[in-house]
Amino acid sequence: MLPMLSTNPLTPVISCIHRLRRVLSAVALGLVSPSLLAAWELNMPEGITALSRETHSLHMLIFWICVAIGVVVYGVLIYSLIAYRKSKGAIPATFHHNTTAEIIWTVIPFIILIGMAIPSTRVLTQIYDASESELDIMVTGYQWRWQYRYLNEDGAEVTYFSNLATPAEQYENFSDSIAAEKGENYLLEVDEPLVIPANKKVRFLLTSADVIHSWWVPDFAVKKDAIPGFVNESWVIAEQTGIYRGQCTELCGRLHGFMPVVVEVKEPAEFDAWLAEKQAAAQRIADAASQTFTMDQLMEQGQTVYNTYCMACHQANGQGLPPAFPALAGSAIAMGPIEGHIGIVLNGKAGTAMAAFGAQLSAVDLASVITFERNAWGNNVGDMVQPVDIVTAQGE
Amino acid sequence: MATGHDAHHHGPASGITRWFYTTNHKDIGSMYLWFSFAMFLLGGMFALVIRAELFQPGLQFVDPNFFNQMTTMHGLVMVFGAVMPAFVGLANWMVPMMIGAPDMALPRMNNWSFWILPFAFTMLASTLFMDSGAPNFGWTFYAPLSTTYAPESVTLFIFAVHMMGASSIMGSINIVATIQNLRAPGMTYMKMPLFVWTWLITAYLLIAVMPVLAGVVTMMLFDIHFGTSFFSAAGGGDPVLFQHVFWFFGHPEVYIMILPAFGVVSEIIPTFSRKRLFGYDSMVYATSSIAFLSFIVWAHHMFTTGMPLAGELFFMYATMLIAVPTGVKVFNWITTMFKGSISFETPMLFAIAFVVLFTCGGFTGLMLAIAPADFQYHDTYFVVAHFHYVLVPGAIFSIMAAAYYWLPKWTGNMYDENLGKLHFWLSFVGINVLFFPQHFLGLAGMPRRIPDYALQFADFNMVSSVGAFIFGFSQLLFLFIVVKTVMGGKKATAEVWEGAEGLEWTVPSPAPYHTFSTPPAIK
Repeated sequence: MLPMLSTNPLTPVISCIHRLRRVLSAVALGLVSPSLLAAWELNMPEGITALSRETHSLHMLIFWICVAIGVVVYGVLIYSLIAYRKSKGAIPATFHHNTTAEIIWTVIPFIILIGMAIPSTRVLTQIYDASESELDIMVTGYQWRWQYRYLNEDGAEVTYFSNLATPAEQYENFSDSIAAEKGENYLLEVDEPLVIPANKKVRFLLTSADVIHSWWVPDFAVKKDAIPGFVNESWVIAEQTGIYRGQCTELCGRLHGFMPVVVEVKEPAEFDAWLAEKQAAAQRIADAASQTFTMDQLMEQGQTVYNTYCMACHQANGQGLPPAFPALAGSAIAMGPIEGHIGIVLNGKAGTAMAAFGAQLSAVDLASVITFERNAWGNNVGDMVQPVDIVTAQGE
Repeated sequence: MATGHDAHHHGPASGITRWFYTTNHKDIGSMYLWFSFAMFLLGGMFALVIRAELFQPGLQFVDPNFFNQMTTMHGLVMVFGAVMPAFVGLANWMVPMMIGAPDMALPRMNNWSFWILPFAFTMLASTLFMDSGAPNFGWTFYAPLSTTYAPESVTLFIFAVHMMGASSIMGSINIVATIQNLRAPGMTYMKMPLFVWTWLITAYLLIAVMPVLAGVVTMMLFDIHFGTSFFSAAGGGDPVLFQHVFWFFGHPEVYIMILPAFGVVSEIIPTFSRKRLFGYDSMVYATSSIAFLSFIVWAHHMFTTGMPLAGELFFMYATMLIAVPTGVKVFNWITTMFKGSISFETPMLFAIAFVVLFTCGGFTGLMLAIAPADFQYHDTYFVVAHFHYVLVPGAIFSIMAAAYYWLPKWTGNMYDENLGKLHFWLSFVGINVLFFPQHFLGLAGMPRRIPDYALQFADFNMVSSVGAFIFGFSQLLFLFIVVKTVMGGKKATAEVWEGAEGLEWTVPSPAPYHTFSTPPAIK
């Protein structure tokens, strides 16, 4: 949960002054714990794919060419500044033109550029060859989470969201109480990572449900924009198992900094077992849509769903952040006719930040969260929504 | 010229109305410069909020939404409020004096193009006090974040951009009209000072691309209020179209901010090297080439949007080509110093720092041009470091160099050389502590425009923030130095600098209210 401090523009200024003291005293005492954890990382990672290593060596090639040019250029500059000082009695020369020199320093850079363009073109052409993939995964950006959908698989469809897993207590340092210790993978951890098999060509099809996002895993050297109405493609052959972390890299709104990308690369056999398990789970969720739940079950599940999908805007206490994010506690919709409440959660509200969750959540989750909203924070409407009601509403 | 009436004999009107009604290029130039300095401090305050929040991991001071407002307003205010008006102010002061003209060609429009700006920026800054908050979608305002998902203040933002655009177009038409029509007899194009040349080319760039910016914000306005779908995929529009139109404006725009800087440095380096500028002709041709290339490289800002391979290759090659004319300019400046007789007054220090640090920004620019490597750099702090290296020790340093260089001509007084040098060294150290670590942050994987970050980025962020506060507060020293010089000081001679050449040094210091009422003779 993030408190809204920006409705009054002076609030942050006041809180700045207030907290600056605390920060400065922490520095003075040498108690800035992150510095103990942090590495002074200087360079781009080499990564774990053939193309990420190619990209890295291209980066280093251009870097060293620039260094070499810099040594010459800065060398002449520094020499001139030292050797031709007026204070040492330097007498200015009168030349102001030399066609030969000017032709040379136009042609030589041009030749160096051709030398850079050739390997760049080769690597770029390889990156653009996304053909013959063995697994296709649809990656959809949402404000502010990623959705992964496994395509071309038999059996139940596996679709899930990957949400930031870092608890708010770790990043929310507004209050004067000491923030929770930040974890090792602070802001780079999710509840459920994308899982892919090692040594297989996996193709990502990227799109977005709202604004433009960008999906980046530095160790794969894969960064591609997820654009609403477009499907972009990218691919990877991960050569090592392990967990690889990245972030959204296109400004996508308030929580742009809080939608990490985490990919777990598994051995192909482990991956197959994982996928089979996910398919079975997907089947169980589909089956659950025909069951009837008790109020307690719906409220419990509803709280979980609310915390993940609704709380960032409507807040834990249901008070929202008006005017952008209205309160749910005591709201006309949450306490009004049940059809209206279901409708707005399924379809969203045009022209506002309220997204359409009908396609994002399962019928069970939708029924639970609507029930929760109608009965939490003193709303106490007392009615329940069952998954079958959602399925019915979606069919209309 | 003004023979037949005595307008050129009297001085400025008295009272505050002088500044409202003035059509004098020197008055208007001063107003532009003071306005841009005020905007520099305002945009700098926004930047310090950003750096304060990023001093440590975790959210300490501001909500992420307010953080986004700060990055957006910082960019808009610095680009449109600080850098561009500062160069227009320098052009107003110096172009007529450098070409032997009595004033700008269109003095009344000159007044109007300045007076639009305070209103445009008051409107833009007032959005900070709206319930919805200020624009929060980045200074590049990509749709649909800036349309469907924008705060209500976006409409005021659009109107403000329109006003800034109108101001820039009028200002640049005025500069073109002045340079092409009011040169003193004998001042042929290839005799014009380089500052005049670079501004002539910049003015044409502005006339070409500001209407494109007006077009793109108008399309946004229609999408938001009148039901069109230019940038909405759901209505058959195209969010990527926004980026193409924006960057067709945006890339020439970054050269609009650097070409006049090239001109300033090309004036200062010969003066303090006591040696003519090396390769004047090739400087003119290189500037023209850069201006031409700026129109065919825009999509290098969009390598990750999924352009076809052929498009990526074209924009990669075209972008790499810019290194050639830019290299020519750097080689010419250094060769000007080579075998000169160099002294290190404050303007020269800023100019040398410009050459060194702008070249650093040029190197990273070349790296960013390489499309496959750009996939790793794009939208990270590496890009932030790159464009701040070309804009701060590039554009901003050149403006400071120009201020110190011409201040004695404007005020008739010498600035305090020791304080000037102190300002330079504080700025130079501050800027490098601020921006150099950002290269490392970007390469290690820190995205731009985030209010909080993973722990491995903590140390360099702290260093960078320390540099930001050093650089930021040093600018108050600059304000002090300028005010002190305006108030008094050692009297300056007409020539001011030992090695200075050009018509502006033939008039007394301070320059009379009206100069060159009769055109000077050009040798």
